[in-house]
Amino acid sequence: MIPELGNFSLILALCMSLVLAIFPLVGSLNNTPAWMALARPAAWGQFFFIALSFACLAHAFLTNDFSVLYVAQNGNTQLPTIYKISAIWGAHEGSLLLWVLILSCWTVAVSRLSRRLPIEIVARVLSIMGIVAIGFTSFLLFTSNPFNRTFPVPMEGGDLNPLLQDFGLAVHPPMLYMGYVGLSVAFSFAIAALIGGKLDAAWARWSRPWTTVAWMFLTIGITLGSWWAYYELGWGGWWFWDPVENASFMPWLAATALLHSLAVTEKRGAFKRWTVLLALMAFSLSLLGTFLVRSGVLTSVHSFAADPTRGLFILVFLLIVIGGSLALYAWRAPAVSSGGGFDMVSRETLLLGNNLLLVVIATFILLGTLAPLIYDAMGWGKISVGFPWFTTMFVIFAPFLAVLMGLGPLARWKRQDPAELFRRLRTALLLSIGAGILLALPLFHEEGSLSAGLAVALSCWLVCTQYLSLRQRLRYRNGLSGLLRDLGSRGSGSYYGMMIAHIGVAVFIIGITMVTQFDVEKDVRMAPGQSLDLAGYTFHFDGVQTVPGPNYQAHRGTIRVFRDGEEVTVLKPEKRTYLVQTKPMTEAGIDPGFTRDIYVSLGEALDGGDWSLRLYYKPFVRWIWLGGIIIAFGGLLAATDRRYRIKSYAEAAQAVSGGGRRLAPAEGG
Amino acid sequence: MTPKRRKRLLLIVLAIAGVATAAGFTLKAFNENLMFFYTPTAIKAGEAPMGRSIRVGGLVTKGSVKRQADGLTVEFEVTDMVETVIVQYTGILPDLFREGQGIVALGKLQQSGRFIASEVLAKHDEKYMPPEVADALKAAHKAGSSQAARAGGTP
Repeated sequence: MIPELGNFSLILALCMSLVLAIFPLVGSLNNTPAWMALARPAAWGQFFFIALSFACLAHAFLTNDFSVLYVAQNGNTQLPTIYKISAIWGAHEGSLLLWVLILSCWTVAVSRLSRRLPIEIVARVLSIMGIVAIGFTSFLLFTSNPFNRTFPVPMEGGDLNPLLQDFGLAVHPPMLYMGYVGLSVAFSFAIAALIGGKLDAAWARWSRPWTTVAWMFLTIGITLGSWWAYYELGWGGWWFWDPVENASFMPWLAATALLHSLAVTEKRGAFKRWTVLLALMAFSLSLLGTFLVRSGVLTSVHSFAADPTRGLFILVFLLIVIGGSLALYAWRAPAVSSGGGFDMVSRETLLLGNNLLLVVIATFILLGTLAPLIYDAMGWGKISVGFPWFTTMFVIFAPFLAVLMGLGPLARWKRQDPAELFRRLRTALLLSIGAGILLALPLFHEEGSLSAGLAVALSCWLVCTQYLSLRQRLRYRNGLSGLLRDLGSRGSGSYYGMMIAHIGVAVFIIGITMVTQFDVEKDVRMAPGQSLDLAGYTFHFDGVQTVPGPNYQAHRGTIRVFRDGEEVTVLKPEKRTYLVQTKPMTEAGIDPGFTRDIYVSLGEALDGGDWSLRLYYKPFVRWIWLGGIIIAFGGLLAATDRRYRIKSYAEAAQAVSGGGRRLAPAEGG
Repeated sequence: MTPKRRKRLLLIVLAIAGVATAAGFTLKAFNENLMFFYTPTAIKAGEAPMGRSIRVGGLVTKGSVKRQADGLTVEFEVTDMVETVIVQYTGILPDLFREGQGIVALGKLQQSGRFIASEVLAKHDEKYMPPEVADALKAAHKAGSSQAARAGGTP
């Protein structure tokens, strides 16, 4: 009964989405208040029915209702409760239901938090989100219904993929989807503005907090995914340029560009068309990501079974959304006035440079991700683009991004005297170059490393310039002693958020460079009782025992790690065999540390009680995720800025025009 | 030409030069990192280049996995059911590597026809339903009873 209830409520949700997509939009065009007023109730109705449907699927998993095919494939009576919950989004159908649920949450959030907005804008934004919801809900209902029954009913379920039975992966998809789907808000605002033909600073101000929140979730999702891959896949990698990772990274890059471009549009009224285009691009890329992952055209760790009808459906949907929005853009954008002018050296130019770099990086990643598809479609052979290509492309462009990141917050809007800027930055520049050279020399490492030098120089540059910008800001606010008071003031959230996010980037740069330059890894054969030296540590292998787990059997190795004769840690890497899916799984033994991780994973049993083992020494690897968390925290701070809680349209317009005229050099970006 | 225009022209020329250089490097790097995929049959027919990174895929022939004395170097045959190629790899094989399973190896083809792999990828089972359960479901469907599913569901 309950699965049918879920199915029906999904159908009702689709009806609600239809109402939401049609009436408010049409009402806003022919000015019918009653139709526009339908937007909010329809958004709530859609949310209610999707949530009910989701609850029904959760119920099926918790009660082991194997008459539902999806539960029979992914559930199991032995599964711990937390993984019964996460199994809901462990495979194709359920993860799409989660997608739709999150979309309806965002829709409701917009309807709730937009009370001060003009009704026709709210109606249009919610309608656009309704159109997106129609696409995904009908995709669910017609090609991938999670409530399909199976008969005869199996006694036991097929179990959740062991790789996914992990806390990191239980929370990774919801976070990532919050980001993906959150970009639909910026998209809807952009489309609504295009329809209304009014792309003004008030529009940018409304879009900003939504974009920032979506971007923050995307950052957290990507960081979690990377962290999970590191400890769960058992070979110590944290980023593989896998198509699915790229699919999440491209929208992130576009959203990052959008954030910065929105800042310019809000403050200076410039870049309007470009900002709209970025908003369309960011959401299109997240739809493309969904297409790549769900259609199975690209194989990767994440891809589900290939099903041509599904792929075709998403492809058509993608064409409608991207094609439709670009057509609207082409029709409407020429009418948009260009905003305030600016000189060649100004904060606007620097932010434009940042945008171009981000878009260029995203384009290259897109090229590398789609190249195998293009080659295959053209009959040029089956190819894959090597890991090194992506890394090279990223490393070529990313340093410039870091340089601009330092300059941007210090430059003035509209016009900046280059000589004056240089004078202010002299010390920071010398300090960074000095630190870089010091690190590049073979003082800290036998060979020294140019990349490490560059990374330290860039990080130092970022920290110094952020400090300078802070000092400049506080000069008008009683100096450093005014910091605390300034933190609580209106408009400070976005400034401090920016600063913290940029410092997060500095931390991140150190992390990735140190670990790629100085990590030590070795595949070895070890006999019980044998010792081995690696990167200044001695690894002593005690042997392997068999240990039972809740729903698996494990071979657990014991490796004691010594440094200078003292025991540092005891690592217990495991090789698990899950009872249902009988897949072996490597569970690495990790000793985490602020400046280094020691990482051991079990290979396989060789003859004579020997085992093959992987030993790693990973310096500063934690800084990668620490940087990601700091960046996301910056986003949170920026999004909660009090000045976004505007009271009315009139006040917003006034505040914006006031902010636009003011040319204080250190105003938050 | 006013100084402002000259400045602008200079900037445009510089930008074009920059983009052209970047595009050139990109394409060069792209070509160097393209890895074509070859089947064992294609390799036997001499279609694959020597000394360049390529990928080979197929099933691991049952009973062909041999381990050398150091315990880390493995040799096995990969087949597409017509031809086979001998693959040599030093290191730890992925969890899902098994005889009879489909794998993809990255590496270089030697003159001797042997393939030295730098990386071996075992394809993750994409459909999360394990084959045992799938078979059991099918068998159960045929027999029309749920007992077969039970037998297969908990191996």
